[in-house]
Amino acid sequence: MALEVMAQAQTPIALDISFRVDPGELLALVGHSGSGKTTLLRCIAGLSHPEAGRVVVGGTTWLDTTAGVNLPTHRRRVGVVFQNYALFPHMTAAQNVMVAMVSPDRAEAARLLDLVNLHSLSDRKPAQLSGGQQQRVAVARALARKPQALLLDEPFSAVDRPTRETLYAEIIALRASLAMPVILVTHDMNEAQLLADRMVVIEQGRVVRQGSTAQVMADPDALRAMGIREVAAMLPATIAEHGSDGLTRLDGPTGALYLAGVSGPVGAQVRVRIMAHEVILSRARPEGLSAQNIIAGVITRIVQGVGPGAMVHIDVAGHDLLARITRRAADQMHLAPGDAVHAIVKSMSVARDHVARAPTHRD
Amino acid sequence: MDWTALFLSLQLAGWTVVFLLPVSVLMGRLLAYRRFRGKGLVEALVMLPLVLPPTVFGFYLLVAFGRNSPLGDLWQTLFGHQLVFSFQGLVLASVIFNLPFAIQPAQRGFESIPVEVREAARCCGLSPMAALWRVDLPLAWPGVVTAMVLTFAHTLGEFGIVLMVGGSIPGETKTIAIAIYDRVQGFDDKGAATMSAVLVAISLFTIALTYWLSARVGRRLS
Repeated sequence: MALEVMAQAQTPIALDISFRVDPGELLALVGHSGSGKTTLLRCIAGLSHPEAGRVVVGGTTWLDTTAGVNLPTHRRRVGVVFQNYALFPHMTAAQNVMVAMVSPDRAEAARLLDLVNLHSLSDRKPAQLSGGQQQRVAVARALARKPQALLLDEPFSAVDRPTRETLYAEIIALRASLAMPVILVTHDMNEAQLLADRMVVIEQGRVVRQGSTAQVMADPDALRAMGIREVAAMLPATIAEHGSDGLTRLDGPTGALYLAGVSGPVGAQVRVRIMAHEVILSRARPEGLSAQNIIAGVITRIVQGVGPGAMVHIDVAGHDLLARITRRAADQMHLAPGDAVHAIVKSMSVARDHVARAPTHRD
Repeated sequence: MDWTALFLSLQLAGWTVVFLLPVSVLMGRLLAYRRFRGKGLVEALVMLPLVLPPTVFGFYLLVAFGRNSPLGDLWQTLFGHQLVFSFQGLVLASVIFNLPFAIQPAQRGFESIPVEVREAARCCGLSPMAALWRVDLPLAWPGVVTAMVLTFAHTLGEFGIVLMVGGSIPGETKTIAIAIYDRVQGFDDKGAATMSAVLVAISLFTIALTYWLSARVGRRLS
């Protein structure tokens, strides 16, 4: 059931891309607007047609320009969540879901709406639903076709930040029940890093880098395409205690982390995204510092960029923490692989939406 | 009051609507969704009856339907009577001169459906036919109905082309608009006034219906 994609085109946007997504895997296609990621998604759905291309999913060929195969969109079993959801305005939530079924089944529609936490609103029309609720209907509708591949085109971009955090959690929870390949198109590196297993970074219609999320996030070439300020490490942690002062203690391989604005029950597994440019390094364990998080680790490598910066990779109990510091600082401190250092992370430097529930079914 | 003429007008308008309904839906949808070479020309041709003087348009139809034209010839051999100055000829002329009224509002109706909604229909596995019934028409129907109402009303009121192509044969081609003209020519002002009032009432009702429907389109898609 893997999805294999190859596409080459000159119009509407230059494309020369190939990649593969395994069943149950969530692949993020990341790139700036105009990089071709949405066009690529449209090629998979059959809404755009590349000059040369091949799309095969689970042994079914949707597109093969050399063999002259090009199934129309309605004959491809694909689930698509559009950026603005594109719900049918004249139908209720339940009807929107049922219209995508081969044989409409009210009970199945109710189950799908339950799955996206929307059951009680199944008789509402899209105009009576909030953005987040509409997005949930769109996800349920996309799943109603029992798709061989699920395509999400910037599905979180039209909702506000608190809603987005909830939706992230829901998508992460939902993934446990998804057996098909999933592609998420996004320009948001945080979103990609929190949700995706693998990433394909696209720039001007070409793949800059593809690999596991951790690999891509540690690769300067990939990050040059996305913006070096997006470099971040992802650390696993468990919610240990919500303090009365609003700070939450998280336990993990890094020791205790104190972060603000974390929601979720005690004991919940989360992933914390720590931005490389927010991390300060110190050789000695600093005293008298306001920062609440001091993480001890060992430098594994230092990658010099072309500019004034250097990326320091620090091993923290088997996890890679990234610190982007100046070359000047690295030289002054005589930092070298093998050195023990302390990474300092301000509680307030980790944004609310940089903490998300960890996927439960994989790894 | 010339009831025969009124009945004939209503019949003519009814048949015109019957023939133009599928044209309205299919052409309206085609022009709204597709981009193709010569689309501008097709749209201009559709709009042409709106700007041409009825006499000019009627003259060309008369020539095209006439006994020496291929179409007139074919009709004569098939049905044994000529196409011009017959009710059938009038229906055909009416179908042609109503094209702008039948297509434009429907096209606007289909155009008001967001592209992503149409694409979502295809991604939901709906064939083009299924999408027409379940998504396009439920969203664009006020446009189509407006088109049909305008076609109906406009057929009742058309004078010049009907006179050119149909002449004024009672019970065959003498519509109410022509009957009114005849009454005025015959100094029967009272008869003309009654029939005019009936025509005003019908037209006013249909136009009001159109406005009410277009307000609905706006509400449905907002």
